[in-house]
Amino acid sequence: MTPYLPERLRKKPLVLAIGVAMIVIALVALPFVLNIAGTAWVRLTNFAILFVLLSLGLNIVVGFAGLLDLGYIAFFAVGAYVYALLASPHFGIHLPFWIILPIGAMLACLFGVILGAPTLKLRGDYLAIVTLGFGEIIRIFMNNLSEPINLTNGPKGIATIDSIKLFSLDFGRTTRIGDFALNGQIKYYFFLLAVLVIVIIINLRLQNSRIGRAWEAIREDELAARSMGINTTKLKLLAFAMGASFGGVAGGVFSSIQGFISPESFTLTESVMILAMVVLGGMGNIWGVVLGALLLSFVPEVLRYTVEPAQHALFGRQLIEADVLRMLLFGFAMVLMMLYRPAGLLPSAVRKRELTRDDAGDAA
Amino acid sequence: MDIFLQQLVNGLTLGCVYAVVALGYTMVYGIIQLINFAHGEVVMIGAMVAMSVILGLAGSGVPPLAIVLIAVLAAIPACMAVGYLVERVAYRPLRSAPRLAPLITAIGVSMILQHLALLIWGRNYIPFPQMVKTQTFALSNSETAATITNVQIAIMLLSIAMMAGLITLVYRTRIGIAMRAVSQRPDVAGLMGVSSNSVISFTFVVGAGLGAIAGVMIGSYYGIAHYQMGFLLGLKAFCAAVLGGIGNLGGAVLGGILIGLIEAFGAGYMGDLTNVCTLNKFLPGFAGLCGANSNMAVFGSSYKDVFAFIVLILVLVFRPQGLLGERVSDRA
Repeated sequence: MTPYLPERLRKKPLVLAIGVAMIVIALVALPFVLNIAGTAWVRLTNFAILFVLLSLGLNIVVGFAGLLDLGYIAFFAVGAYVYALLASPHFGIHLPFWIILPIGAMLACLFGVILGAPTLKLRGDYLAIVTLGFGEIIRIFMNNLSEPINLTNGPKGIATIDSIKLFSLDFGRTTRIGDFALNGQIKYYFFLLAVLVIVIIINLRLQNSRIGRAWEAIREDELAARSMGINTTKLKLLAFAMGASFGGVAGGVFSSIQGFISPESFTLTESVMILAMVVLGGMGNIWGVVLGALLLSFVPEVLRYTVEPAQHALFGRQLIEADVLRMLLFGFAMVLMMLYRPAGLLPSAVRKRELTRDDAGDAA
Repeated sequence: MDIFLQQLVNGLTLGCVYAVVALGYTMVYGIIQLINFAHGEVVMIGAMVAMSVILGLAGSGVPPLAIVLIAVLAAIPACMAVGYLVERVAYRPLRSAPRLAPLITAIGVSMILQHLALLIWGRNYIPFPQMVKTQTFALSNSETAATITNVQIAIMLLSIAMMAGLITLVYRTRIGIAMRAVSQRPDVAGLMGVSSNSVISFTFVVGAGLGAIAGVMIGSYYGIAHYQMGFLLGLKAFCAAVLGGIGNLGGAVLGGILIGLIEAFGAGYMGDLTNVCTLNKFLPGFAGLCGANSNMAVFGSSYKDVFAFIVLILVLVFRPQGLLGERVSDRA
């Protein structure tokens, strides 16, 4: 991990060790503390981590390679449906998660390649529209593939999806060890945390690898990158496929936590939300994206608990639903960030340089 | 044959609306190479404003046709104001920024407009008031004859008039020359005394005005208005613009009408073409699949929204410059 640390921390191993230990303790204690306030909060945290995973996946596409994907949720949907179909009474198949998650990732990756291959040769705006359309297509298919053969159960969705089982540990139930109760959401928290750590490590390694640097080169100047011998089409396709497979894994986990999925969970709104998280935090900066996703997951929930009662108290009725406010927040986050802080809350150094306008005229 | 004729009429009507919306996309794209995602929302706002005006005036004794006219005349400036503001606030400051930045603000603006509309008009589907009584004309004497309504005729005539007006504006007037100059080389146009900022604003305003009328047309055609109605409509219109060749006015019209026709015929025939029981006649192997229910369509008309995107992907693979467009550069 050392290469990713700031200089002043690297010189003080003791401070570093204490810092890491404190973070680990905090992360381990977090779900138990939240659980005192109510299991709902642990669940909320789990969904926030899920959004962090999705944002990190989208960050590979948007942040690293500079390709705008507006239908990212479709890959999440593919992963979710693969899990739901292979681990529910719908077909009567009950495979363990460690078989399904890779299948979901691969299928999402395949969709990414099918979608990316024709469009990645073209300029970026087309990709945005095609991915947007793809997101809609997937949703239409999920809604309608209940006839003539019932594949997805249509708008009704698929219910009673199996929870993840690790050895004898069932994530759907509460485990008791003496007086100590470990409920399902807490178990999922640790599972998600483990996945998150793996994904972050992959991302960090990726960013500084040959591939990561090639993506960066493509993002900054595709023509120059191509002149340096980078196979731009292939690498863009790789970014697209990798982002898609992360989405697929997150989808599978979502399916099992939720226990129920329907096409309603995979609309354009969700794609835009994830994009807003990446943009807010800082495209291309892994920690920035984590921060952006956490902020945009929790702030709307806080709003839900404060704005609605506040309106009732002030006006006696509800003027703005928290849901609407949340979407307005996402919209304004994207517009304002692009206008005033295009590199995000925690900008990556390169991205900052690149997204700040200069008048030298290399804007294209 | 009657079904064919009916789908032709429906497809042409829908195609005309797509064409008018596509013109808004293609004009903006032609001049600053930006996909204005918010254009679909402008269309929605046009429909909503017109609807509010009609509802407000409905019982006032003003003749119905005049009410519709007033509604359209109210929707146009409202949409123009929205179009102008969006360009001024969200796109102009980013004109020299990397391409990704204005695309992201465009999506953000689209979300904001949708949810502001949700705040004003609510989240339910609202029946679009029909002021002019719908009259249906049969196209032949048989009992199952295809029909055309006065609304459909009005939509087609109005669209043709608007397209002709726009083409005259762009190719026959001074401001049209300025628009074409800016779209080719903004900096050189500037040297020739063209204020490119005001020309770009003008383009957005004209596109939004067309969008307003399109909104009223689609609202009265489907008889319904909803805060998300602009999203899918906008996407399809964009597909139409790409099919025709983005940046090309004639292309947008051609693309719009083609997409309308493809959608209408797709919705009309897709069910029969993919019906397992119909296939039976040709491929006996399907007999087992065809149960008591004789309609076993694999892809029914519920897939009609998919056609536009399939067309888009096919065009991008085989003819990225579109039917009438010039070769697009493939810079990222």
